Amino acid sequence: MPVAVVANTVLICAGGACISAGEKSVKQVFEEKLKEFALDSVVRVVETGCMGACNLGPLAVIYPEGIFYQKLTPQAAEEVVVEHLLKGRPVEKYLYKGPAGEVKAKAQEELPFFKRQVKIATRNLGVIDPTDIEEYIGRDGYFALMKALKEMTPEQVISEIKASGLRGRGGAGFPTGLKWDICRRNEADQKFIICNADEGDPGAFMDRSILEGDPHSVLEGMAIGAYAIGASKGFIYVRAEYPLAIERLNIAIEQAREYGFLGERVLGTDFSFDIEIRIGAGAFVCGEETALMASIEGERGQPRVKPPYPVESGLWGKPTVINNVETLANVPPIILKGSEWFASIGTETSKGTKVFALAGKVRNTGLVEVPMGITLRELIYEIGGGIPGGKRFKAVQTGGPSGGCIPADYLDVTVDYESLKELGTIMGSGGMVVMDEDDCMVDVAKFFLGFTVDESCGKCTPCREGTKVMYDILEKITSGEGTREDLEKLKELAQFISEASLCGLGQTAPNPVLSTMKYFWDEYVAHVEEKRCPAKRCKALIRYVIDPERCVGCTACARVCPVNAITGEVRKPHEIDPEICTRCGSCMEVCRFDAISKVSP
Amino acid sequence: MKTTVDLASDLYKQLDEYIDSLKGKPGILINVLHRAQEIFGYLPDEVLEYVAEKLDVPVSKVFGVVTFYNFFSRKPKGKHQIKICLGTACYVKGGDKIFERFLEELGVEPEEPSKDGLFSVHPVRCLGACSMAPVVLIGEKDFYGRLTPNDVPSLIKKYREG
Repeated sequence: MPVAVVANTVLICAGGACISAGEKSVKQVFEEKLKEFALDSVVRVVETGCMGACNLGPLAVIYPEGIFYQKLTPQAAEEVVVEHLLKGRPVEKYLYKGPAGEVKAKAQEELPFFKRQVKIATRNLGVIDPTDIEEYIGRDGYFALMKALKEMTPEQVISEIKASGLRGRGGAGFPTGLKWDICRRNEADQKFIICNADEGDPGAFMDRSILEGDPHSVLEGMAIGAYAIGASKGFIYVRAEYPLAIERLNIAIEQAREYGFLGERVLGTDFSFDIEIRIGAGAFVCGEETALMASIEGERGQPRVKPPYPVESGLWGKPTVINNVETLANVPPIILKGSEWFASIGTETSKGTKVFALAGKVRNTGLVEVPMGITLRELIYEIGGGIPGGKRFKAVQTGGPSGGCIPADYLDVTVDYESLKELGTIMGSGGMVVMDEDDCMVDVAKFFLGFTVDESCGKCTPCREGTKVMYDILEKITSGEGTREDLEKLKELAQFISEASLCGLGQTAPNPVLSTMKYFWDEYVAHVEEKRCPAKRCKALIRYVIDPERCVGCTACARVCPVNAITGEVRKPHEIDPEICTRCGSCMEVCRFDAISKVSP
Repeated sequence: MKTTVDLASDLYKQLDEYIDSLKGKPGILINVLHRAQEIFGYLPDEVLEYVAEKLDVPVSKVFGVVTFYNFFSRKPKGKHQIKICLGTACYVKGGDKIFERFLEELGVEPEEPSKDGLFSVHPVRCLGACSMAPVVLIGEKDFYGRLTPNDVPSLIKKYREG
């Protein structure tokens, strides 16, 4: 029987953003049309993990040429099948176009967004079908595990990881090899390795993308870690908010067992190891390792005092290593290519790469993996494409609720664990939310404190009560009731909470306030002394007004106002009643004549 | 609304089967509660008592765990659960305004079902689709990104007419 030769492969990005942009219906049309033209035996359609360029979705790349299609619709998919796959002519209108309208057919080879990246942890994202173990194996998958088990002792694995300089990618940056080493040295009848996939930092989605797009790399990393420390059982603790990641992990675990990479006597050696998934239940604090273990044990996810550290007494009192998703995904390439290669990338103290989730007020949002030591400017302007809408860059927030905001003066600082810490923020899990002139830094601080108040587990008083008091003061300031004394009190509380809290959540909770006070003190002062919000964001301090010169009386604003605060006759200037107005901004959004603006006070 | 569930019902049988399948595994309370919420839609007190008895743990512990985690709900939810992302990226892109508009249009409080039982609105912290901010997830699968408050009425209409 003749074997059909595959002429083209269509890789469709099935990352979270592309799915929400309509990827499923695009894929369906691709498949239907290929069938209709009897191309389905020579063109393969593969759903991959996140390709990273999330704001261009839905995305598809057609190989062997590597033609990159963006913002696809079902209609576009049909055209691509007919023109490109049937007749061999790429459809120009769905290709990427540069600022001057120039076509970039192979965007992945041409754009700085892709070219500047060095992919290690995300090496397979957007390249393979995550539900097919053979595709992972085809990209050297499980070769590192084989090498570790057959050619290396556990001690050698540990010294390789140590020499690579790999540090935890979940936030704190603890050296991974050292963690493994301490756990290995602790004698016990049972040890555990846990993958922390409780990605809770708002603004970070790299772990989700790795789990969805390349689950086997995490399983392989765990198996290598388990071999190194002497564990026979692993747990993946994953957020309930990530159902697709859970589904893909289940498939991957099943396949890995079938192929003998998990289970009894892995690859015919004496090493036995299996993995179980535990699903979180919506508690941010469970990202803290002792709380996470309590949750796996079926308890309330409350942290406990350290020491003892998990490597001494962890899950059910047994020595336990807890590694983050991205950390584990880095392990197989290090074992396979060697520590020297890995250590040659990055800075003196921060080796390798880091995956960042670019979001907020930046042109190219999405997932990027770059060498440590890149500057914020390169990240935000070269890769991220700068700030859209002609607005001015104001700050970039890193590290989620434990981090802080970095202002424009420090855009040339290199990104690594130490330099970010010096600026009063942290690397965290790699979320980067860019903010522009419309974002109020006091309001942002309040947003994060609100988050911490909600997520504080309540066990220790400084965090439970202290963050609430800080939140109330910020609420007072943003409603125009704040005083100078409040600002002093905020500082004092921040100091106290970070020193006296039990776990990392409380200790870092004041960071968003401290960093914004440090860099945007004037904004705090404007709120308390002039009752003015310079960014015109705080509702109590602004009003919406209609410019009678510009208003043509089209009534669009009056029709959209949900509380009927706008009055006026047709073709005559309208007015907003500030007493009724809820400052929802709907009117400004629909006005086509730029007649509505915000004023403060 | 009747909230009690017949103990002999099929739903309990489904839960029993799940619990039996986990026999011997330690620390399964949270798994069981996830399954129970899937089966019953929420976690009424009778179900919690049932779970406590079945797993032989104190009822107080089950309540303690359920009230600790945001994911578990002791109140019924709307047929369509509208989850509005209030993560950082969505917040700076106006997610809070989308949230307020949903509450206003439906005339509900957060987490409370609407009078007709069709909708409930839930603020959530980061759905991990930051590049599409602000995003809303309706049900388990329907993602809507780059929304403005003015998109809200038509979205509601779409699900109301279903």
